[in-house]
Amino acid sequence: MSAVIDSHGHAHDDHGGEDHGHPSGLMRWVSTTNHKDIGTLYLWFSFIMFLTGGVMALTIRAELWQPGIQIVQPEFFNQMTTYHGIIMVFGAIMPAFVGFANWQIPLMIGAPDMAFPRMNNWSFWLLPVAAILLVSSLAMGGAGVGWTMYAPLTTQAGPGMDLLIFAVHILGMSSIMGSINIVTTILNMRAPGMTLMKMPMFVWTWLITAYLLIAVMPVLAGAVTMTLTDRHFGTSFFNAAGGGDPVLYQHIFWFFGHPEVYIIAIPAFGVVSQVIPAFSRKPLFGYASMVYATSSIAILSFIVWAHHMYTTGMPVAGQLYFMYATMLIAVPTGVKVFNWVATMWKGSLSFETPMLFALGFLFLFTLGGFTGLVLSMTPVDVPLHDTYYVVAHFHYVMVAGALFSAMSGIYFWLPKWTGKMYDETLGKWHFWLSLIFFNVTFFVQHFLGLAGMPRRIPDYNPQFTEFNEISSIGAFGFGLSQLLFLYIVLKCIRSGEKAPQKPWDGADTLEWTHLPTPVPYHTFENPPTVK
Amino acid sequence: MTSKIGLKVASVVTALYSGVATAAYQLNFSRGATRLTEDIYDLHNLMMWIITVIFCAVFGVMFYSVYAHRKSVGHKAAQFHENTAVELAWTIVPFFILIAMAIPATKTLLEVRDASNPDVTVKVTGYQWKWGYDYIKGEGEGVAFLANLSTPHDQIYGSETKGEHYLLETDRHLVLPVGKKIRILATAADVIHAWFVPDLGVKQDAIPGFVRDTWFRAEREGIFRGQCAELCGKDHGFMPIVVEVVSAEKYTAWVAETKKAMAAAADDPDKKWVLADFKVRGEKVYGSICVTCHQANGQGIKGAFPALDGSKVVKGPKSGQIDVVLNGRPNTAMAAFGKQLSDTDIAAAITFTRNSWSNSTGEVVQPSEVKAARK
Repeated sequence: MSAVIDSHGHAHDDHGGEDHGHPSGLMRWVSTTNHKDIGTLYLWFSFIMFLTGGVMALTIRAELWQPGIQIVQPEFFNQMTTYHGIIMVFGAIMPAFVGFANWQIPLMIGAPDMAFPRMNNWSFWLLPVAAILLVSSLAMGGAGVGWTMYAPLTTQAGPGMDLLIFAVHILGMSSIMGSINIVTTILNMRAPGMTLMKMPMFVWTWLITAYLLIAVMPVLAGAVTMTLTDRHFGTSFFNAAGGGDPVLYQHIFWFFGHPEVYIIAIPAFGVVSQVIPAFSRKPLFGYASMVYATSSIAILSFIVWAHHMYTTGMPVAGQLYFMYATMLIAVPTGVKVFNWVATMWKGSLSFETPMLFALGFLFLFTLGGFTGLVLSMTPVDVPLHDTYYVVAHFHYVMVAGALFSAMSGIYFWLPKWTGKMYDETLGKWHFWLSLIFFNVTFFVQHFLGLAGMPRRIPDYNPQFTEFNEISSIGAFGFGLSQLLFLYIVLKCIRSGEKAPQKPWDGADTLEWTHLPTPVPYHTFENPPTVK
Repeated sequence: MTSKIGLKVASVVTALYSGVATAAYQLNFSRGATRLTEDIYDLHNLMMWIITVIFCAVFGVMFYSVYAHRKSVGHKAAQFHENTAVELAWTIVPFFILIAMAIPATKTLLEVRDASNPDVTVKVTGYQWKWGYDYIKGEGEGVAFLANLSTPHDQIYGSETKGEHYLLETDRHLVLPVGKKIRILATAADVIHAWFVPDLGVKQDAIPGFVRDTWFRAEREGIFRGQCAELCGKDHGFMPIVVEVVSAEKYTAWVAETKKAMAAAADDPDKKWVLADFKVRGEKVYGSICVTCHQANGQGIKGAFPALDGSKVVKGPKSGQIDVVLNGRPNTAMAAFGKQLSDTDIAAAITFTRNSWSNSTGEVVQPSEVKAARK
């Protein structure tokens, strides 16, 4: 394969990738239009946000260690749940996958860079601005309104709420720009011969995700803008006294919010769909059905939003419709899970860290899917809605789903990006610690929810103490395990062993077959030809 | 510490293993006190069985593959990557499983939502942060009261041992008759709350400006506890619900007694109060209503709730303060208390704030002044 390595790649490699005289030091990062630099920025940014949101989660778990108010006051507790949610969703998970998209899409489709490199720079650098707004919002008294920001509680909140709204606006702009860039890149810059149905599954998932983002981020922006005008400009969108309806906010929010779940999950499916075949040494089973299943999930995600609102008192016909539509999502999701298992079937499996995280994803995400099925049933959802059962459910999907998949992707591509291998033993430690502590934290929360403990409460009846203690122990263990991850990544960058061009013998996409390790600063200036 | 954690883990493992769900380690829904909670319990169990079977099948295959198709035992990879028959099968079969789940779910849901022909109708109003109950139809019509958290502050902040019903106890219980169909009309005065009592199988959002209904029929007597389930601000975790289901005779007696007490407690709105007496009464009102935000020392919480001690409104003209308390401040947590409290209680609370901490106007606000200010 080295014979086909793009000659430009080598030329740049010889110069250490530092030709073209681009700035170095801080200005390199501020002014960069290189998809790899921007991908790196996204990933580091998301990791910092992940730690920030994590500290907030630990504050929550510390307060919930025992009944009674010990560490933080209820007002601040509510702010912690709010900012933890917003930071993890918009600051950690979404930018992490945009980071993967930036790094990987051009490499996987044989493009020299993203379609709009300057806009790419701008879509990243909006994120720190939004992060600063979020932190200042907290400093200005915060807003303990929940990450869902339901009206009319938001109308009451202090000035911190306004900054929160502006932060959401800016995050939305960043996402929309990033998505336009991704769609344009994928549709226009594929190497000759790479038809849509030959694209790596990760690229497919991002194409679908980017469309979802473009469709729903403006809806969220609209919802928070209406909140803003209700707060300051005398409108009554969500105020019944002025002819509005508080539940309207929920409809608009969840019309964004449910696709948002898949905006997070679908790129995670993409990463796993690269990793599982690579370590099974066998092509992805049912590629075409995978594409159709992912598209179906994306389309269905637009028509199920009100299953988040079963207790608002909508008409029974509405509840029945949303119940049936929601249950339907189990079909394409099931197809994906079956395909992954069939990919492994009769493969030649090995279990390096990326594969472990991918299997962790597969196992735990499916558990989250099962509890999702339970919650889709309206009569069962009514007692479970807004309890810890729901908290457990979406953490199985978000953490064990999206985060584990992101970890899998990092371990998978880190050797390619840095040219160095991570420490396999430590990587495995990181996986097993994360897996165990994750389950200690969240599995017991199912029981809390079944017993009737509502979410977002700073204090609880002593009957819930035992499971809360277990959950808090797990949370601190999980948090500390992620510091090990930071150490592993830093160790890899500083002193990892040199990685071969293709450390994973089952990997077969362009970045492994056509490019040296580490990938040079500029790649595919002449596109490769795909058979 | 470690051994304590170890013990905890060991005890959970034991609890899970033996399948014994003690109160502390409750692992499933409670069967509840209505027929519908039984139905929901059974429906959930049915789901869990179906899920368990699918789980075992899918992950049985996966873990077999992990075991048998390892590279380290020299398994060579096959290269197949599609099989139309299998793919069609696992797309179509789930539809039938879903239909099997949807049928009982639909049946239960139709019952859950059928609130017609109730025996007693109670309007439930969510306030920040307490519940108000108005019996509006059926036996008990006319009874109305507010139910506040009755757990003492010292238990919450740890200087006193926590009771069994910590945070799930109120000063007044919602008393209802056993075996009767109770319709709940939920609404709210400020933000969205949710009226949630697990054992009665009800959770209904209480939405300001709208009325939504739900219902239950308790099959046995007893005290059933729940709490607000929709984030509603600072004290969301501190607005419990206590429903006391009693026999028909006891209920009749309770209604009579409560109506008598309500009549006796009704104040003469034209009574002239003197400062000392009225301040004592006002302190009680302040201590159960105003204190959650404005605090016992009248300092409020900086950035969230304004101080009353030294406040311009409190030290200013009476009419200004009466207006704020009666009608609230739009877009803030300051509710319109005119809808919740009597003229006498409002006047007493205002009198208290105007003559406490460093405030010393020496003025008494009479109930008649509040009455006059109501539109």
